[in-house]
Amino acid sequence: MANPRSETSTPSPNDKHRHLLDPYWRANQRLIWTLLAIWALVSLGAGILFVRQLNAIQLGGLPLGFFFAQQGSIYVFVLLIFFYAWRMDRLDHKFRLDVDADPTPPPQAH
Amino acid sequence: MTDLSAVQVWTYVLVTVTFMFYLYIGWWARVRESSGFYVAGRGVPAIANGAATAADWMSAASFISMAGLISVMGYDGSIYLMGWTGGYVLLALLLAPYLRKFGKYTVPDFVGDRYYSDTARVVAVIAALFISMTYVAGQMRGVGIVFSRFLEVPINVGVVIGMVIVAFFAVLGGMKGITWTQVAQYGVLILAFLIPSSALALKLTGQPIPQLAFVFSDLTEKLNQIQVDLGFKEYTEPFRDKSLLDVLCITVALMVGTAGLPHVIVRFYTVPNVRAARWSAGWALLFIALLYTTAPALATFARYNLLASLNGKTIEEIEQLEWVASWEKTQLLKYVDKNGDGRIQIAPGDAFLRTDGDLNLAQPNPATANEVYFSADIIVLSTPEVARLPAWVIALVAAGGLAAALSTASGLLLVISSSIAHDIYYRLIRPTASEGQRVMVGRICVVLAVIVAGYFGINPMGFVAQVVAFAFGLAAASFFPIIILGIFDSRTNRTGAIWGMIVGLSFVVIYITGTQAHKIFGTDQPWFGNWFFGISAEGIGAVGMVLNVVVTLVVSRLTAAPPRAIREMVESIRHPDHPAPALILDEESE
Repeated sequence: MANPRSETSTPSPNDKHRHLLDPYWRANQRLIWTLLAIWALVSLGAGILFVRQLNAIQLGGLPLGFFFAQQGSIYVFVLLIFFYAWRMDRLDHKFRLDVDADPTPPPQAH
Repeated sequence: MTDLSAVQVWTYVLVTVTFMFYLYIGWWARVRESSGFYVAGRGVPAIANGAATAADWMSAASFISMAGLISVMGYDGSIYLMGWTGGYVLLALLLAPYLRKFGKYTVPDFVGDRYYSDTARVVAVIAALFISMTYVAGQMRGVGIVFSRFLEVPINVGVVIGMVIVAFFAVLGGMKGITWTQVAQYGVLILAFLIPSSALALKLTGQPIPQLAFVFSDLTEKLNQIQVDLGFKEYTEPFRDKSLLDVLCITVALMVGTAGLPHVIVRFYTVPNVRAARWSAGWALLFIALLYTTAPALATFARYNLLASLNGKTIEEIEQLEWVASWEKTQLLKYVDKNGDGRIQIAPGDAFLRTDGDLNLAQPNPATANEVYFSADIIVLSTPEVARLPAWVIALVAAGGLAAALSTASGLLLVISSSIAHDIYYRLIRPTASEGQRVMVGRICVVLAVIVAGYFGINPMGFVAQVVAFAFGLAAASFFPIIILGIFDSRTNRTGAIWGMIVGLSFVVIYITGTQAHKIFGTDQPWFGNWFFGISAEGIGAVGMVLNVVVTLVVSRLTAAPPRAIREMVESIRHPDHPAPALILDEESE
């Protein structure tokens, strides 16, 4: 089983869209790296690297850096994932890759 | 005493009712075929999978110990908050959709197929087994402790009860039964965490939502002031005991380790399609965030309350606090008037002497002015009593702690059994095994895994914390890089991946064993200190991950490119509509 014969699967029902596949992957990657930059900025940046500087600012009863480390970064994480799921739905739709909307879905086991 | 017995009656009632409920679900969702057993027939809706993932992820440690740890560590406790949530962003963006697209049942399946190598598969199986066993041993101990505390049975009896229940769910229902049971367990554990936290927030600040009370009250400022008055550093002061670099590395290692944990990854195989895998990661983190944003608020409130209600009070005043009396009996809280002034003082340092590293509550420590010892665990456990909530809430916390421990244990046991039954038995030993044989071997493996986990629950290893650091470090330095590169870099080949894993894993293993030798092997001294820029054992996985990535990329480019079939497989993984290569292979082979 070490050598999957994946050539059996690649002639896709989408060959006519093949030229569109690369832009899809590039757009996906752009989105991923943008969101990961925000991810790193709020947690590793605001929560750790710049926590001392941000702590000079108060947010309500908490120093701002401390807030990012214990609350803010987690809220941002949740938003990032939902945003990604939403954007990818739209991207899939644009490139007609969304399985749900496909009248003849590709063969799936089970 | 009527109060205590009311708590006990409620505990028995709530624990019995919730368990009957779980059992009913386990029975309702029982399975016969192997895809139901390993991946719940791929029919779990995104929200339900999110709730199940959250229950799977949040263990007894998250539920009982994490708020307490943060309470002691202050800002430095943020490593757990950011580390154990941030990994889900990596999962959602970099792993889950593609692994779901790939199909199959386990992480070693992906590693073995993508790198066209049984060696890589075996390394992955061993790493998966080690990581999961480490975790599950701690969970069984957690089950035992919760049972013993709330039902007043010995810890070992609690472990055995837990073993029987977990085995029942996992053997009968497989992944499908476990998934739906975990959804129910999430409901119980989150209510059990939020109700007392909210009551304590209301009592101390007049605002019932803990997250709002945390930001919009002056409690944290007051706590900072008390800490300074008593000789501690401010609660919000960063890098009290850990350097900036160490905090950074530990956070990254926990994030990356989380994203590489097999029992978390496998959850994303259970949803119907790629789209559901993306959304379900969001639901999972939302459900996790409910607890993870409440925990730091609770940590602050409970520490403030503890310091304010004990420090400087007379013995008589303290004796009148019911929760103090009740927790003193369990040895989780202990005070002694060392200087004989009739009042209790809290100060830095251990209140009691240590023998062989463990506190000896019979011997006050004359070297410090501190007169109170409290276990971090009472931060969560004592909250309902401190907030004067009715008996049924205290019982609900017991049911919640059990739900947290059992849901994590059952998810882990399933990964262990699928590693053995699927990755070893079916893939390597008997590829001709029938559906029925594979499910049967899976069930037998669950029973064996429960017995091994129970053994470690009854005879806990003395270095559990180090072993957990190991699990995260290994996941970070092995699975995460080779899965990501397997998807995002089609040029990564077998030689690169194997060398990457070997270098990453050996570095982490040597560093952790060397710096922790005195705890693991009982040597007098660690073999070496934290020589790599002062990074501790918990954070070294981040460095191991970087090493793995660099070695994999370089070696892959110096050796032959992967076969064309593999590059096409990678291409197909990246696009949600192509048929999944692994599924087609499975269809053909069955």
